[in-house]
Amino acid sequence: MSDVLLEIRNLEAFYGPVMAIRGASLEVPEGAIVTVLGANGAGKTTLLKTVSGVMDPDKGEVLLAGESIERSEPDRIVRKGVVHVPEGREVFPLLDVEENLAMGAWTRSDDGVAEDREMIFGYFPILEERLRQSAGTLSGGEQQMLAIARGLMARPKIMLLDEPSLGLSPILVGEIFSILRRLNEERGVAMLLVEQNAKAALDIADFGYVMELGRVVMDGPAKRLADNRDIREFYLGAKERSQRGERRWKRRKTWR
Amino acid sequence: MDSLQLIVSGLANGCVYGLIALGFVLIYKATEQVNFAQGDMMMLGAFTALGLANDSHLGLPFWVACIGAVVIVAAVGWLLERTVLRRVFGQSQLAVVILTIALGFVLRFVAGTIWGHDPLTLESPIAGVNVRLGGLVLGLDEIAVVLVTLLLTAALFAFFRRTKLGVAMQASSQNQLAAYYMGIPVKRIHGFTWALAGATAAVAGILFASKGSIDPNTGLLGIKAFAAAVIGGFGSLPGALAGGLVVGLIEPFAARYVASGYSQVAPYALMLVVLILRPHGILSQVHGKKV
Ligand SMILES: Nc1ncnc2c1ncn2[C@@H]1O[C@H](COP(=O)(O)OP(=O)(O)O)[C@@H](O)[C@H]1O
Ligand SMILES: [Mg+2]
Repeated sequence: MSDVLLEIRNLEAFYGPVMAIRGASLEVPEGAIVTVLGANGAGKTTLLKTVSGVMDPDKGEVLLAGESIERSEPDRIVRKGVVHVPEGREVFPLLDVEENLAMGAWTRSDDGVAEDREMIFGYFPILEERLRQSAGTLSGGEQQMLAIARGLMARPKIMLLDEPSLGLSPILVGEIFSILRRLNEERGVAMLLVEQNAKAALDIADFGYVMELGRVVMDGPAKRLADNRDIREFYLGAKERSQRGERRWKRRKTWR
Repeated sequence: MDSLQLIVSGLANGCVYGLIALGFVLIYKATEQVNFAQGDMMMLGAFTALGLANDSHLGLPFWVACIGAVVIVAAVGWLLERTVLRRVFGQSQLAVVILTIALGFVLRFVAGTIWGHDPLTLESPIAGVNVRLGGLVLGLDEIAVVLVTLLLTAALFAFFRRTKLGVAMQASSQNQLAAYYMGIPVKRIHGFTWALAGATAAVAGILFASKGSIDPNTGLLGIKAFAAAVIGGFGSLPGALAGGLVVGLIEPFAARYVASGYSQVAPYALMLVVLILRPHGILSQVHGKKV
């Protein structure tokens, strides 16, 4: 494999007394898609938050191209080329699509911004059609596309994607994941993709990790994980999937 | 003619309320804090201008004193955010309310110590000058208040709509976490917002002091401005101005047609009516806001 772009070493993170990450390590090679699978509460979101700097880890290291970035302010980390596309999309609801994209480019002052916007409309033509619409009125799929596009406006080396499939129909998931793959292949953007939807994630990933209760319990090339018996049973099983779908729907309802 | 006169002076008062209400809304929009010292920051602006301009004090040229007061109160706002408000950020609204009320007391005390407790008058070139418009005699001070307020509101509105920093201020108020994710320096934006609210308060103070005398308790009219901000929706800049104008216009008419003693309740009664009928105010945006 090529050079390691992002490396997480023995990370530990707490919410008050609650230990959310219990010594996790993983690597994302330059230009690769790496996925982190795990059930609700495994610590996937917390892991991404410590990388993007909105949370400080208590122990361990986060290295970007060999340089330690843990405990840096989020804006410094964005400037270094790491952008976090949060769980639940988190667009700016009262700003229109154009303004949301402009906020993605907040850290930039170079003149490639307009060019990048055109490039992004090539991948997400619907956003160009909705340019003047406030983000809060977009559909779930469109908001997810906007969240990804907003992240791309920072011209990242690596995107941290937190459950981009959450609450979307299988068709939309397929559409968005194939765009992610194209972005990776054509633009060379590395991705750390956190998912509960193991099938969609393993389809586009090169390598995968499985997290449980704050620890990495399994890793391997995506193809090998997709064939693994435990993974098939716990994350890809038909029975489990319908049950999870139901739970997810319930959670969404109490959540908003 | 008489009621026209009432309308004009009501509008001028309403503009001052509106400007203070703008400060309330600015800070609330950006940080979700309610600054009950906003009226006292207005009073501080008035006294700072007076201290710089009056011959008995520093005696600087009036315009220099105005700019100086705006800069100084903006700096005070910024410092308050840096040193005090940042510490209670994320705590309950009640903590912030109590803290800002206490800050108001401190500002009143400081002003009383420096400038005394007797009413003073700002030596303003626009005070006491009358302008004839047709058959109408208007005070230049009242005209200036209305014009400056309209200009400032328009400028703030354009700033929020058109500049990258203004849009980032909206963004960080709508979704603070996402703003962090985009690398927007949310804390620095909060400091800037307090500075902007301080500058707005100083302008309101100078305009108010051009219309009459001031003393350290002048800032208590911030309570009326709070009613104005509520009436205007507490989330919209034009709404704040409109709320201020409504309160300003109600006052003289209530004083004229309602028994004295009851008339002063009018702005608050209206605030209650608005809160009951339209909990989000008359001009507020529909907040599809998640915390
Ligand atoms: N803001 C928070 N305060 C306290 N505990 C939290 C908070 N966020 C997450 N946790 C806890 O940390 C653990 C990991 O959560 P999270 O990283 O969100 O998991 P995942 O993204 O894999 O669903 C869970 O046990 C969760 O309850
Ligand atoms: Mg999560």
